[in-house]
Amino acid sequence: MTLLIGSITIGLILALLALGIFISFRIFNFPDITAEGSFTFGAAITASLIVAGANPAVATLLAFAGGLLAGSTTGLIHTRFKINPLLSGILVMTALYSVNLYVMGKSNVPLLSRNTLFTWFEKFSNIISGKDATVNLIGWSVPARDLWTLIFCLLITVAFSLLLLWFFRTNIGTAMRATGDNDQMIRALGVNTKGMIISGVALSNGFIALAGSMLAQFQGFADVQMGIGMLVWGLASVIIGEALISDNKLGLVIAGAVIGAVLFRLLVAIALRWGMNPNNLKLITAAFVFLALVLPGFMKQTKKIKLPG
Amino acid sequence: MLEISNLYKSFNTGTINEVNALQDVSLSVGDGSFVCVLGTNGSGKSTLLNAIAGTFISDAGTIILNGRNITRLPEHKRACQIGRVFQNPFSGTAPGMSISENLALAAKRGKKRGLGWGLPVSVVRDLKSRVKALNMGLEERMNTQIGKLSGGQRQALTLLMASWLKPDLLLLDEHTAALDPTTAGKVIEMTKQIVTDYKLTTLMVTHSMQQAVNLGNRIIMMHQGKIKYDFSGEEKNKMKVPDLLSLFDELRRKDQIDAGEALLLSAKHV
Ligand SMILES: Nc1ncnc2c1ncn2[C@@H]1O[C@H](COP(=O)(O)OP(=O)(O)O)[C@@H](O)[C@H]1O
Ligand SMILES: [Mg+2]
Repeated sequence: MTLLIGSITIGLILALLALGIFISFRIFNFPDITAEGSFTFGAAITASLIVAGANPAVATLLAFAGGLLAGSTTGLIHTRFKINPLLSGILVMTALYSVNLYVMGKSNVPLLSRNTLFTWFEKFSNIISGKDATVNLIGWSVPARDLWTLIFCLLITVAFSLLLLWFFRTNIGTAMRATGDNDQMIRALGVNTKGMIISGVALSNGFIALAGSMLAQFQGFADVQMGIGMLVWGLASVIIGEALISDNKLGLVIAGAVIGAVLFRLLVAIALRWGMNPNNLKLITAAFVFLALVLPGFMKQTKKIKLPG
Repeated sequence: MLEISNLYKSFNTGTINEVNALQDVSLSVGDGSFVCVLGTNGSGKSTLLNAIAGTFISDAGTIILNGRNITRLPEHKRACQIGRVFQNPFSGTAPGMSISENLALAAKRGKKRGLGWGLPVSVVRDLKSRVKALNMGLEERMNTQIGKLSGGQRQALTLLMASWLKPDLLLLDEHTAALDPTTAGKVIEMTKQIVTDYKLTTLMVTHSMQQAVNLGNRIIMMHQGKIKYDFSGEEKNKMKVPDLLSLFDELRRKDQIDAGEALLLSAKHV
């Protein structure tokens, strides 16, 4: 049960990553690999600031700002210098590797016994439920601290999801979605599409850096490698969400990405529990996303073939 | 008032594929004029409209629209004055978004877009009543994704969107060419209605001589990047389809003679 609660918590944190990937990949059709760098960038910024004694909330928000900066760099390289999206992302991701090492000063920054958002949640739990209290959850005894942590992560993810939903329903957010949908049309309606792409990719990486920041605080360290595979991980979450929801209402799609992220994390936890070698994780994730991308088209084709001509 | 003087535009400059799509084009269109633009394939009609709309910046010349020099402005900065309908019905609407959302985007053409709610109830009501006026039954499907509609429905909506804020200039580029004849007829009827109701200054590219004869108060005919004929007033009103067709043939024949001459010259001198 503790394992389950831990997995859901991580799933909720990575839901922020999924939302970021949703923005770049689904809204803009921009396969933005900056994600791998900005995820670590968020973690690096937060970890270094916390070690330097900064307020965890401030350190988390600055991670978000760092993601915005990384994303707008990619967007700028793409729109201003007409470099293709994938290459723009690769350039910034590669550059971020050095930046991250520079920010952290070494390849791994532990946060042991430092004040993080999660020690705050723990303190809150100690005050409300008492120290080392357990809660009876449908027959299972779980530490109240873990439950409160999960609730706070849920609140944060839901808050950011609602914020995103609200933003995409405003005039400027609607124009941003239209930019991804038909840039020619929205330019003819007076929208600076380059600016929209830059701010959209920035927003995407803001969410991703936030996820990195939260994960670093949850697991108690930032590592320069922690972003590897995150783009595909986020894609897998988004794809699972879409399969579950199969509706194009914005609110449902966003909810789908969040649920997809949690489910995917649970699936991974179960697979690991059953003895899957963790080394295979990225291989299997990539294979999963590959299948999810080709299967729908493939099934359409076979259906067409079966139809009598 | 649209004033174009000595406009030039070439593509692939300096390569063997160089095309001089606009060569010294000057055109002055008075307020409320409805100009039909005819011309052979590749004569530069779309390029002229694109140059005005700002799809690219022209090589030389000036474009002044209602006193504003827009020659070097990017496309999105010209949009506050210009409404457009494209040839391809897929170009003018965002397929993944609903009818309401598309119209709401058009209702803010060229205006500042902030953090205000994109689809306030009052606006939706207004959108709905204007869609109802199209008589296509679309007012019951305001939340339908536009991508699910037919080409004709999309083109009708694009026309509504382009004319929503009464632009200083309406640009229509063969906007019925991709539609079946019946639908094309309906969209042309709508065009006529909207242009006359709002007294819009309009440039309409068409390949249909019949449309050019029936609509508008001026015809220009382009060929090889130049305006070759320009009829307005009585002259335009007297124009019949056969007259236009014979002008067309004449231009084409000249073309062939030119090509023949070039061949002869190259045979002699190379
Ligand atoms: N973006 C472009 N790149 C290269 N050549 C172009 C481009 N747009 C138009 N042209 C060329 O310019 C000429 C005029 O094209 P266009 O204005 O589209 O003709 P039409 O009168 O049929 O609309 C054609 O020879 C066309 O091939
Ligand atoms: Mg054309």
